[in-house]
Amino acid sequence: MSGSALREPPLPPGASYGELIGVVADPVLERGTGRPWRIAFAVTLLMTLGLGICIAWLFIQGVGIWGINTPVVWGFAIANFVWWLGIGHAGTLISALLLITRQHWRASINRFAEAMTLFAAVIAGLFPILHLGRPYRFYWLVPYPNTMEVWPQWRSALVWDFAAISTYIIFSLLFWYWGLIPDLATMRDRARSRAARYAYGVLSMGWRGSARHWHRHDALYRAMAALAVPLVVSVHSVVGMDFAASLMPGWQETIFPPYFVIGAMFSGFAMVVTLAILLRRGLGLEKVITPRHFDAMAKIVLAGSVAMAISYTTEWFTGWYGGERAELTHLGHLFTGAYAPIYYGMLACNVLIPQVFWLRAARRNLVTLFLVTILINIGMWLERILIIWNTLSHGHLPSMWHLFYPTFWDWATLLCSIGLFTFLFLVFVRIFPAVAMHDLNKRLYQEKEERA
Amino acid sequence: MSLPCLLLAEFRDPETLLDAARRVREAGFKGLDAHTPFPVEGLAEALGFRPTRIRPAMLVGGLLSGAFAYWLQWYSAVLDYPINSGGRPLHSWPVFLVPTFEATVLGATLTGIVAFLISTGLPRLHHPAFAARGFERASQDRFFLSVADPHVDAARLAALLDGLGPLSLREVRGE
Repeated sequence: MSGSALREPPLPPGASYGELIGVVADPVLERGTGRPWRIAFAVTLLMTLGLGICIAWLFIQGVGIWGINTPVVWGFAIANFVWWLGIGHAGTLISALLLITRQHWRASINRFAEAMTLFAAVIAGLFPILHLGRPYRFYWLVPYPNTMEVWPQWRSALVWDFAAISTYIIFSLLFWYWGLIPDLATMRDRARSRAARYAYGVLSMGWRGSARHWHRHDALYRAMAALAVPLVVSVHSVVGMDFAASLMPGWQETIFPPYFVIGAMFSGFAMVVTLAILLRRGLGLEKVITPRHFDAMAKIVLAGSVAMAISYTTEWFTGWYGGERAELTHLGHLFTGAYAPIYYGMLACNVLIPQVFWLRAARRNLVTLFLVTILINIGMWLERILIIWNTLSHGHLPSMWHLFYPTFWDWATLLCSIGLFTFLFLVFVRIFPAVAMHDLNKRLYQEKEERA
Repeated sequence: MSLPCLLLAEFRDPETLLDAARRVREAGFKGLDAHTPFPVEGLAEALGFRPTRIRPAMLVGGLLSGAFAYWLQWYSAVLDYPINSGGRPLHSWPVFLVPTFEATVLGATLTGIVAFLISTGLPRLHHPAFAARGFERASQDRFFLSVADPHVDAARLAALLDGLGPLSLREVRGE
């Protein structure tokens, strides 16, 4: 890291091991919930119930309750899926990539980023199933010997999707839980109530911090991290190929897989920053999540924004340089068509506004960070929906050009899915330590050694 | 049961624990282990643990499940359910690699998890060490050295650790 980083240690120099554990564990074990948490809990619980109603109505009425029509057969459902899955990428990337590259500041943010990944990936996984005409038959994507004597079509991008997402969800759950086990033991040992001691004790599987176990834990965890990086890249590449493996103008581009991976990292990091600001305030984690962490994360967001700009430019250039009529019409439609204002809004959110992070002051100002990262995630959602709208509403056959008009149920499903995500996160921070305590103390030990 | 007692020496910091671990190992004590709140680098070597075989197991598990996924796709697409889709070859190996890759990662991960559980004996909710007073700090800010050797008693261990200043030295009954 840079010189300024060396002068400013990420953890307080005089801290003791017990003190840092107290900072993380006490909000969960000792302190009450507080009014803002209870209000947020009630609101998001209602939204979660709302999502249940949206899904129930969808199952009763069918996908016609959404604004999809014949050319625009993929509406909000697929955009929401790509968006949520993108957000669900940063947690594993932070954990794995920063672990392998020895960016030790990750210790303060990896736990809740992994939880975010898990919740976002699970919500993402719902949408492709919801958007099926017969959602109860989604399991036909699983290759199993069946009485119908058919197998999945392996050349279909949807089968790759199913393989990638189910692998990713299982992997994220295990990676998150395995990192959590030693901390659950800490919670067991600090908890005062008998019920909490039992619950944490069972969840921690009787972890006793044995050096033998640590030795194996470390080997397994690092090997999983090394597997996670190519896995994450493969998952959003496969999502990109859902589009790129088609013959549609604006989709059939070789840049799609890396473009989707970068976009996922970008929106996911933005969401991590948003959550880090809220968590730091809500749980009083000022000691472990410092301006230096925000500075480093904002730099990654900035790099993501620049990479997005390069991706957009490459798309425009190849569309124009290829000279194919449908591609040129598509390109014209992006900038002058019915959705052009939204397209400009997306460019502002994803490319223009994040450039403030070139300024050190903006990287360390929490208000700026919060607003910009929210705007980035709005911009990334717009990007996802525009990829669908612009191509499908304006395909090869002009007589089939139709716009998409969202319905109440489109918006309700999207908003309630955000409610479910927030709900899960609120529950998470009240039950589990939001920061990896053993990683934090390992880092503290390393810092003490470096100073000695 | 007449299994050896478990001796637990408690230390304030990882450096002292490392020193203590080297001493007991050089003295030839058996049944060595430690309990620490976070992984201490060099402790496995100091206690003389052999390298774990989790990663080779993961490699084998990953390769086997990847091979199975590829075989399954080949068998179903070429032999059992051949469909001519746009004149593409039945054995479309480039696209078979996507599910193969996912299966490799999943297989390696699950093998690693199972190997971890087998080699550590977890989940195990009871252990003699939990009976020691103050052991709850082993997951927070204390570092315990544990010796389970029938030929070593508390006095001998205390003599060996002289100068390292253990905070406490406890004896708990073995299983």
